[in-house]
Amino acid sequence: MTDLRAPQIDPADAAAAAARFVSRAEPDVAYAVVDSPIGALVAAVTPQGLVRLAYEDFEGGLDEVLDSLAAKLSPRILEAPARLDPVRRELDEYFTGRRETFDVSIDWTLYSDFGRRVLQATAAIPFGHTATYGQMAAQAGNAKASRAAGRALGANAIPIVVPCHRVIGTSGKLTGYTGGMYRKEALLRLEGIAF
Amino acid sequence: MIPPFQRFLDDQREPVWRFLVASVGRAEADDCFQETFLAAMSAYPRLRAESNLHAWVMTIAHRKALDHHRGRARRAIPVEAVPEVAVHDPPPRDDETWERVRDLPPKQRAAVLLRYAGDLSHAEVAVALDCSEEAARRSAHEGLKKLRLEMSPTA
Repeated sequence: MTDLRAPQIDPADAAAAAARFVSRAEPDVAYAVVDSPIGALVAAVTPQGLVRLAYEDFEGGLDEVLDSLAAKLSPRILEAPARLDPVRRELDEYFTGRRETFDVSIDWTLYSDFGRRVLQATAAIPFGHTATYGQMAAQAGNAKASRAAGRALGANAIPIVVPCHRVIGTSGKLTGYTGGMYRKEALLRLEGIAF
Repeated sequence: MIPPFQRFLDDQREPVWRFLVASVGRAEADDCFQETFLAAMSAYPRLRAESNLHAWVMTIAHRKALDHHRGRARRAIPVEAVPEVAVHDPPPRDDETWERVRDLPPKQRAAVLLRYAGDLSHAEVAVALDCSEEAARRSAHEGLKKLRLEMSPTA
């Protein structure tokens, strides 16, 4: 009797119980991995809106993206794909040429004032158009701060939906991109922008 | 840093399920499982980074199982209206042993369950039950002794 054995369980029962929990729980952050023509994306929403869209192969992978959200926002994070349905649908429509502007609400809490204003100005650049870092800095209230605007765009946690790919250098040079230059080129091509 | 809750859930769902199957039986395990993880999620952001997550969630599961036992004791009178639960397979033989564990005196029951179904050390059981490690060890030992007596063929 000293070797009293724990009961045998079917792991599928535990998984089903966990799935029931997830369907009822109210996490601070819900996430899902979403496929796209330019690679898998980690999408995360809070009750305020979309807070993260990460290229899975470019940001240290799913675990690092989630660790960072846990540290910056809240550790109450659950994989709840149904809560990402609107985001998934709008991305599908965008990538298949049926959508030019995103309607999902955005959670801006991750940014400082200036960074937020730069990204909000970026979100207003129309589909198929480009702007420069200096223009974004000016719209954020400091025309001389194009370098800081560049940093704010580099910290964009919601690429594609906040279209930082539409911001290019004054000379027309594409400069950098959070998911790799080939993705910036693919997005500009999708929008019919010559570069 | 505390891990994202999803990772904690993935790591702990099987140990918690196993512990609850032993503590309250398969039919009642799901209710206690839901309450355990809802309580865990509500307290989660206040956890210290170096917390022992396994011992912590087992302590919560233990309290939920205890609530369940108390509720059952309060409700335990009308038996005739209880519907038969469809059982497709005979329950594994271990389940009978754990049913007997549930009838042990409360301290022995808790110590045996946390040690052998929850896979906690005696030291972790002591923290969960708010008693000394020696007392946790003694309760588990006495519980096992009582079970052995009850289940020996000559009993």
